[in-house]
Amino acid sequence: MTQVTMTVNGKAVTRDVEGRTLLAEFLREGLRLTGTHVGCDTSQCGACVVHVNGNAIKSCTALAADLDGASVTTIEGMANPDGSLSVIQQAFQDHHGLQCGFCTPGMVMSAAALLKENPKPTETEVRAYLEGNICRCTGYHNIVKAILAASGQDVGAIAAE
Amino acid sequence: MPKDHGIGASSKRREDVRFLTGQGRYTDDINLHGQAYVHFLRSDVAHGRLNKVDTSAAEGMPGVIRIFTGKDFEGVGGLPCGWQVTDRHGNPMQEPAHPVLAQGKVRHVGDPIAAVVAETAAEARNAAEAIVLDIEELPAVVDMKKALRPDAPKVHDDLSSNLCYDWGFVEENKAAVDEAFSKAAHVTTLELVNNRLSPNAMEPRVAVGDYNTGTDDSTLYTTSQNPHVIRLLMGAFVLGIPEHKLRVVAPDVGGGFGSKIFHYAEEAFCTFAAKAIRRPVKWTASRSEAFITDAHGRDHVTKIELALDAENNFTAIRTETYANMGAYLSTFAPSVPTWLHGTLMAGNYRTPLIYVNVKAVFTNTVPVDAYRGAGRPEATFQLERLVDKAARELGVDPVDLRRQNFITQFPYATPVAVEYDTGDYNATMDKLLEMIDRDGFEARAAKSKADGKLRGLGINCYIEACGIAPSALVGQLGARAGLYESATVRVNATGGIVVMTGSHSHGQGHETSFAQVVADMIGVPEAQVEIVHGDTANTPMGMGTYGSRSIAVGGSAMVRATEKIIKKAKKIAAHLMEASEGDIELKDGQFTVAGTDKSVAWGDVTLAAYVPHNYPLTELEPGLEETAFYDPNNFTYPAGAYACEVEVDPETGKVTICSFAAADDFGNVINPMIVSGQVHGGLAQGIGQALLENVSYDENGQLLSASYMDYAMPRADDVPFYQVDHSCVTPCTHNPLGVKGCGEAGAIGSPPAVVNAVIDALHRGGMKHVAHIDMPLTPARVWSAMHG
Repeated sequence: MTQVTMTVNGKAVTRDVEGRTLLAEFLREGLRLTGTHVGCDTSQCGACVVHVNGNAIKSCTALAADLDGASVTTIEGMANPDGSLSVIQQAFQDHHGLQCGFCTPGMVMSAAALLKENPKPTETEVRAYLEGNICRCTGYHNIVKAILAASGQDVGAIAAE
Repeated sequence: MPKDHGIGASSKRREDVRFLTGQGRYTDDINLHGQAYVHFLRSDVAHGRLNKVDTSAAEGMPGVIRIFTGKDFEGVGGLPCGWQVTDRHGNPMQEPAHPVLAQGKVRHVGDPIAAVVAETAAEARNAAEAIVLDIEELPAVVDMKKALRPDAPKVHDDLSSNLCYDWGFVEENKAAVDEAFSKAAHVTTLELVNNRLSPNAMEPRVAVGDYNTGTDDSTLYTTSQNPHVIRLLMGAFVLGIPEHKLRVVAPDVGGGFGSKIFHYAEEAFCTFAAKAIRRPVKWTASRSEAFITDAHGRDHVTKIELALDAENNFTAIRTETYANMGAYLSTFAPSVPTWLHGTLMAGNYRTPLIYVNVKAVFTNTVPVDAYRGAGRPEATFQLERLVDKAARELGVDPVDLRRQNFITQFPYATPVAVEYDTGDYNATMDKLLEMIDRDGFEARAAKSKADGKLRGLGINCYIEACGIAPSALVGQLGARAGLYESATVRVNATGGIVVMTGSHSHGQGHETSFAQVVADMIGVPEAQVEIVHGDTANTPMGMGTYGSRSIAVGGSAMVRATEKIIKKAKKIAAHLMEASEGDIELKDGQFTVAGTDKSVAWGDVTLAAYVPHNYPLTELEPGLEETAFYDPNNFTYPAGAYACEVEVDPETGKVTICSFAAADDFGNVINPMIVSGQVHGGLAQGIGQALLENVSYDENGQLLSASYMDYAMPRADDVPFYQVDHSCVTPCTHNPLGVKGCGEAGAIGSPPAVVNAVIDALHRGGMKHVAHIDMPLTPARVWSAMHG
């Protein structure tokens, strides 16, 4: 067992973890932050994406024991301080960018990382950035549309419903 | 003006807020006090005799509570099959046993052999590795035609062969169909494969079994599309638990696409083991496990022929299909290549004579069952590829050939046992052509050519039968279940409404769209209506969600129950206003007496129902709660026209989708935003099937596509923005909302459009020798076809 201390969604947490405990497991089982989902075992699906020290990573592929001192943001930490949906979350609802909701946390976390790097991405850039996030429900149409809308671009002309 | 609430409005989804903030409650988010974990040791060979399972070393491993093997399930029922098909000679299909844990033999990679229950998931995994197996590997059968050879190894020793059934439909028409072919002016023939797919809902399956020692009640939390069906199948056929002692809960479920309809061994195991060890038992599938245990879809090998007369009228269709069942019969597997496939072979066309032959075959592979569309994509793909090939052979426009043969008079009884109630196939084709600017295609093709690419346009139609199904009819066809749906509408004293539906939502947005319907009928805000689903303890017996049935069947039950509520509420209102019941009108949540200024509000009436001080107690019971069961009297028949434009890179064979357009007739639409989303998702799955996805086995039955590294899921950059339209509306004539169902259309209609487009591109590029390429149209397959 190793003791790790992290800041998760702005709150300091200290826990003993096994060497093999993955960050996704640590968040879900250790902290009961079950918004981070695990959809595969090969780092492909992206349902588990969180931010570690400001970078989007797949939490199924990081060991909790390696992240002592890290600052982690999960989907539970993405809403505005007053609890209302953030711009990206609101855009996903407005544009029906989710259906079953399982890939959604990872999509929102990836979208936030993209817009931080590239505040006005093109459609092609959004699609390329989402290469590591799989959705089976939406056909991506409304996810791409939501992200473009969240970046402040007019999507009415881009994507017919 | 688009509506801003009620039926026809694109109301935003209320369920989104919890999903967007990480507050969804999926099955894997549920942990019970004292819970143990199970890991299944699965067969890594496709076929073998199980000589010994030695658990002795594993028993002593840290954390192990108990290890179960097939022996523990000898007195327990096997997993049942819910549909019996009768073969063309009048005999029942061959139906093998399907034990919860393997007994005697293993029959596919992934077949569960032993189950280790331990304190933690890691301890269960570790101990499973210490189990020693003595398996005598046997030759595997993977290819269906080889499996039917007389000397083929048998998947099930106690069956006469690997043939599950040889089905003919309509058998009595066979001679007339053959005669029509002998007289045909032209016959077009096509042999094709409908590739095997893995459904891949993003949430892997999970089961948590719980047992209450004080009450002898069992509870199963599971990733299911139909908790009541699981309760019935598992309780009555597997574990012998009466329904009143068994509760099944399917909370937020992360997609299904058919794969979560079926009753799986892990559900029965966790329920059984929880009682055996007197502790909750949890199983969470890994994705690798999902690939080798979730029922696969499609996997048909078909020869189809079309006979035409000298004027290009379709005179007959004849098909022969081999349909893979896998190693066991999954819950509804036998119905998919038969009643969900043969009945759709008329498509949108007036073909007077049709004969469909299907041979269902056991192989040493994962069981195959319904996946989005289930039988209807297979029928549509065959037919729409065939018609396109016929048009090419005859030198006529593929759209004109289709229009010439369209059914235009409704109702229309097909020669394959279904009656289309309504439709307008020219209307959706007209709409499609307007959407795609067909006249501009040549200019776009010229531009592609200048870029070194080959551009092609593929157009097709589809029809599907959904809103399943009339119980009496499916009973005659072999279903061992009824296919009605249920709803209870409970109005509370202060006017809030709770609808408990037997439908299940796992992405479809029922919590929003169902509320729109009830709110519209009564005239209250949508927020005043709550939809409850997914728990057998608080919903009436329902058949769940699949086959695009929820709004058509579940919605109809909800409408019927709400009508009963309104009828009773009007009686109460009449009493309160001292008026005649026949004069009461309900509008915008207000009851009025026609021709007067008297009125009472919805809340006044609901309060009176529960505080019946001024109330007609001698004539009317207090309370305001009604239940309805709705059994449809026909299927619904959504239909449409789809078009795909592709570019093929002649250097590599890579296909790029340039545009995709879908013009659908879904009848009346409750929430256009949600309907468009359903089509988008279906299109991506159909494009995935056409270009990317393939479950691949080697000749020994080893699964080669067992992870996302090997199974190509469509990603955001594989698909374009789609154009979808559902403004062509011919309302369903036999359900109260006039709705048809939209969940599967996209997956049914899109694969032939993609393949037709690629063939078109190659022909325009001069490669007229390419008549067909089997899906998925990978660069290697396209390039080989071009150079073959």
